[in-house]
Amino acid sequence: MLVIADLLNQLEAELKKTIIERNLVNPLMIGIRTGGVWVAEQMYQRLHIAEPLGLLDISFYRDDFSQIGVNPNVRPSQLPARVDGRDIILIDDVFYTGRTIRAALNEIFDYGRPNQVVLGVLIERDGRQIPLSPDCVGISIILNVGQRIKLTGPDPLAIEIQTLTVAA
Amino acid sequence: MNDNLQLNSEGKLKHFLSIEGLPKELLTEILDVAESFVGMSDQQIKKVPLLRGKTIVNLFFENSTRTRTTFELAAKRLSADVLSMSIATSSTSKGESLLDTIRNLEAMFVDMFVVRHAISGAAHFIAQQTAPHISVINAGDGQHAHPTQAMLDMFTIRQIKKDFSNLRVAIIGDILHSRVARSQIQALNTLGVPEVRVIAPKTLLPAHVESLGVSVSHDLNAGLKDVDVVIMLRLQKERMTSALLPSESEYFKCFGLTEEKLKIAKPDAIVMHPGPINRGVEIESKVADGPQSVILKQVSNGIAIRMAIMAMAMQKQGIM
Amino acid sequence: MTQILIKNGQLIDPVNKVNRTGCVYIVDGKIVSVTNEPIGFKPDTIIDAQNKLVCPGFIDLSTRLREPGQSRKATFKSETLAAASAGMTTLCLQPDTHPVIDTPAVAELIKELAKKAGYPQIYPIAALTRQLEGTELSAMLTLKQAGCIAVGNANHPVRNLLILRRAMEYAASHDLLFMFRPNDYWLGNNGCAHEGVFATRYGLPSIPEAAETIALDQCLELVDLTGCRVHFGQLSCRRSVIKIYQAKKYGLQVSADVAIHQLHLTENNITPFDSNYHVLPPLRTEEDKQYMRQGLASGTINSICSDHQPHDIDAKLGAFPETEPGMSSLETLLPLMLKLVAEDVITMEQGIASLTANPARVLRIESGALTVGFNADVCIFDPELEWQVNTENWKSQGMNTPYWGQTFKGRVTHTLQAGKLIYSLENGSH
Repeated sequence: MLVIADLLNQLEAELKKTIIERNLVNPLMIGIRTGGVWVAEQMYQRLHIAEPLGLLDISFYRDDFSQIGVNPNVRPSQLPARVDGRDIILIDDVFYTGRTIRAALNEIFDYGRPNQVVLGVLIERDGRQIPLSPDCVGISIILNVGQRIKLTGPDPLAIEIQTLTVAA
Repeated sequence: MNDNLQLNSEGKLKHFLSIEGLPKELLTEILDVAESFVGMSDQQIKKVPLLRGKTIVNLFFENSTRTRTTFELAAKRLSADVLSMSIATSSTSKGESLLDTIRNLEAMFVDMFVVRHAISGAAHFIAQQTAPHISVINAGDGQHAHPTQAMLDMFTIRQIKKDFSNLRVAIIGDILHSRVARSQIQALNTLGVPEVRVIAPKTLLPAHVESLGVSVSHDLNAGLKDVDVVIMLRLQKERMTSALLPSESEYFKCFGLTEEKLKIAKPDAIVMHPGPINRGVEIESKVADGPQSVILKQVSNGIAIRMAIMAMAMQKQGIM
Repeated sequence: MTQILIKNGQLIDPVNKVNRTGCVYIVDGKIVSVTNEPIGFKPDTIIDAQNKLVCPGFIDLSTRLREPGQSRKATFKSETLAAASAGMTTLCLQPDTHPVIDTPAVAELIKELAKKAGYPQIYPIAALTRQLEGTELSAMLTLKQAGCIAVGNANHPVRNLLILRRAMEYAASHDLLFMFRPNDYWLGNNGCAHEGVFATRYGLPSIPEAAETIALDQCLELVDLTGCRVHFGQLSCRRSVIKIYQAKKYGLQVSADVAIHQLHLTENNITPFDSNYHVLPPLRTEEDKQYMRQGLASGTINSICSDHQPHDIDAKLGAFPETEPGMSSLETLLPLMLKLVAEDVITMEQGIASLTANPARVLRIESGALTVGFNADVCIFDPELEWQVNTENWKSQGMNTPYWGQTFKGRVTHTLQAGKLIYSLENGSH
């Protein structure tokens, strides 16, 4: 049973701790569309970040273009002018294989060279395929076969674990 | 007909040769994907890595700096490697050397051909002959089709007019020799435009032109009434020397778009032209540079549309 | 003395008004009887034509064998085998060989090639003008004496009407038949498709109906003026049929043929950009096809030809307008004719007459009939036998046919030319 309020609180606490530990100065917060943006909006308010939230659409940086093709509903990413030398807090909803974060990092680095990137996710689950890991999490869980996480939002933000019935 | 060649086994775009045979949903998808590329020119990053590692060859058997550079730019913005070849067609150059050119390039592991050729059916021929993993985009073949131009025109119309289902569109000029007009007519009809009119002297209209799905007028004054979109076609100089028209000035008198004539159309009508413009022949400068003209928008939309079409034709290449 | 008996077949001989079961008795290459067995007849060969039709061998008014000069496309050897397997015993060779048939040497060469291929009954059509350039007359009399059966313009234009008039007058003075394919070069404007819905949709350079009918009309006027006998070849238009009808009614000595594919295919059948459908004259409209069919049924158009034009693969590889026009069509001639019969366009007798009696009459040769004393040119075919157009069955070197892969009904089982069995289905060839 996942309680969203608990997850958000835990993530907020870990982020606050990491900001101090890693000396983040005037961090730029970036949320990954779409679920990551919803979570980022929450963190953004709780951490009192001044600068507008950055929005990242990673559709064009995905590695599965030849499998799933072009997404017809892409809106452009919105990042401020410079990321050079910035401390970045990257927020996503679920950390699973790691491919989304790889794509997000590639896109951010096309904008410039950040000083450092701190990754915060609401839920870290099993199923890693790329050697990346979040710095801050709301919770780490292991799912059973056929289970998946579904986040709905933005208002109200809600989370549930769904079991997919496998077709015979 | 063409759709079997253009679509892969899952109904996704593989070759883009002609508007004919493509369903409305696919055309709409192209417009939607292009939408996401439009904002890119204003972005800090003008590139996306979608086609990184892919090689695109522009095979231009007919000269065209404008179209070629748009395709080059579009390919580069998708992070593809681009090779542009301008091949002069000798009078003896036929299917043989065309095939040889293709085979030689295939041996260098290319992924896509963008083809412009003076003969109708050339892009279709190349698509049929080329190795199965390669996609072919038609950048204009003879008098048959220029589908990317038609799509950028549709994109421009949608940007401004939003809804195709209540538009009157007039296409004015040399329909007979125009691959752009043929593709535009097909796109307009597929997207559900209720009325497409062609306005031209009889010498510049093909036989049975109504069979394309248009109504015909030989009189600009009558034909422009209540029109929402005015598309002007370029008049080439050869038409005078081959006894199709007496002179440019007589053509301008009857079919040239002037400020006065434009008033016959709806007050919010837009003026389009695939370019390059012959000022004073088919259109006067006041209109071409005027407030109702969207000609420059067409040009900038050209890159986004071509990016969309190239990206969609290359997708799912891993899976046959 | 070689004696051959064809027995139990359904004899169809339009000239002699024969349509019954019977036998054909052949001695030393000639037909000696189609009724009673000759006294002392002891056949060396017996062909059982049970359930088959026996008719005169087919006469093709327009064929191209590509030799001399274009053996890359086809040879006498390959194409005469195809012709024999298709029931043809006489071929008229169009003059646009390389070199053109405008000297007796070329006519002699053709006779040699024909003999060497074991298919002697090939009649060269002499070029109307030197090199087919349309300006100077060819040596028509010399060519006639060298064995040419007629003069023709192939697909080439004559420079102007004055030259055409003079050429026709000259041909008339030597009692030569002029085989004319009408097409106005300038109206034709290097088109590759009929000026209609299909060409408009696909942006193909096109040929209006008027290109054929105007040239036809001009020539008809010149027939009236010069008295030249003219056979109009490979017509394709509605109005052409009407003009021939009117001309005949008026009393002009003219005849006309149609290529078999024009009786079946129209611009609606063309798979876009498939060069197998690139032919000249182009495939026209449904209405034109119906008129051609009616013209055939009513006798205005009285002959069918194959218009056989085999091509090498490269000739058909390219964007549609760049490819060479023409269809390889000998072997589909019979089944397509039978299809017309099955569709009630013509009767079987009419169909066979259009391939035998009528061409013979046009050419004024003693052939096209099972008449006693004529050369034994006989075709035996099974009208029910189905076969597929594929590499196994196709004999022509040219595979340029839109019918590739299709199954047809009607196949030749035996072909005799001057009493010699030049083809039998079970043996493949002779």
